[in-house]
Amino acid sequence: MHSAAPAKTTLFATYFALIALLALSAAAAKWQIGPLWNLFIALGIAAVKTALVFLVFMQLRYQRGLVRVFALAGFLWLAISGVLTFSDYLTRGWTP
Amino acid sequence: MNDALSHPAAPPYVDRDQHSVANHLGMWTFLATEILFFGGLFTGYTVLRWAHPHAFAEGSRHLEFWIGTANTAVLLTSSLFVALADLAIKRDDRRAARRHLVAAGLLGAAFLGLKGFEYFQKFQEHLVPGSGFDAHGAQPALQLFFFLYFLMTGLHALHMLFGLGAIGWLLRQIGRGAVSRERPDAVAIVGLYWHFVDCVWIFLYPLLYLIGG
Repeated sequence: MHSAAPAKTTLFATYFALIALLALSAAAAKWQIGPLWNLFIALGIAAVKTALVFLVFMQLRYQRGLVRVFALAGFLWLAISGVLTFSDYLTRGWTP
Repeated sequence: MNDALSHPAAPPYVDRDQHSVANHLGMWTFLATEILFFGGLFTGYTVLRWAHPHAFAEGSRHLEFWIGTANTAVLLTSSLFVALADLAIKRDDRRAARRHLVAAGLLGAAFLGLKGFEYFQKFQEHLVPGSGFDAHGAQPALQLFFFLYFLMTGLHALHMLFGLGAIGWLLRQIGRGAVSRERPDAVAIVGLYWHFVDCVWIFLYPLLYLIGG
């Protein structure tokens, strides 16, 4: 199970999907529909690309649950750090 | 005990499967610290961009859109080759594995070459933070954007250099036969690192190059 690797066709399909997403994000940036929307689209595409790399190239799809938990742990701690940071910066204007 | 003997593995592991999972867990633990390392910089980026949205958009317009886009494609292609090398070593094709790793390494070097050219341009345009910085009439906060640009891409480039070193080491180990179909893990583990550094760039690209419109 651990030594299972994605097949060649899966690797190439993932690669072409990544390149297509790159072209999409480059094109979307030229098409301004408001800074917040552009940011969401750009980050959404980046998140999909990262998910593809994590699942196929980094083989999380083929790994047991324990390895997947380890892979997600860093993001959990980053989310905690982000929530605490922005609960400070975004609320500084709330008090007189 | 008999079970352990019938599935030879280096102590303290029961079998190769367990050893392999331990290898992956070790690398993922390191990558979790890397997520927090780069995550701190991305947090700093968010705070400063929130405070200076126009200076950041202006800074992004000073970067070369095509170099950033080309470099993203170069890194994605290098990741494909690293994944192909992992497949090749598991299929006992050491020559193909080495060939794919050389291709990945050359693409990594090409990325650094393009990055170096961009840095050179920024030096010429006086956009490197410091006493010689010239905001070209924009807000002084432009310097904050370029401070983050050089810090984040510089740290990323440093990771690329370590990745190139790791690929060089892998080529040697495969050549010596120390990494083979029987012991293929090193390719996948170095691959995890390489792909992760690729993912950092996947986020740097839109946040630095694509916000100017």
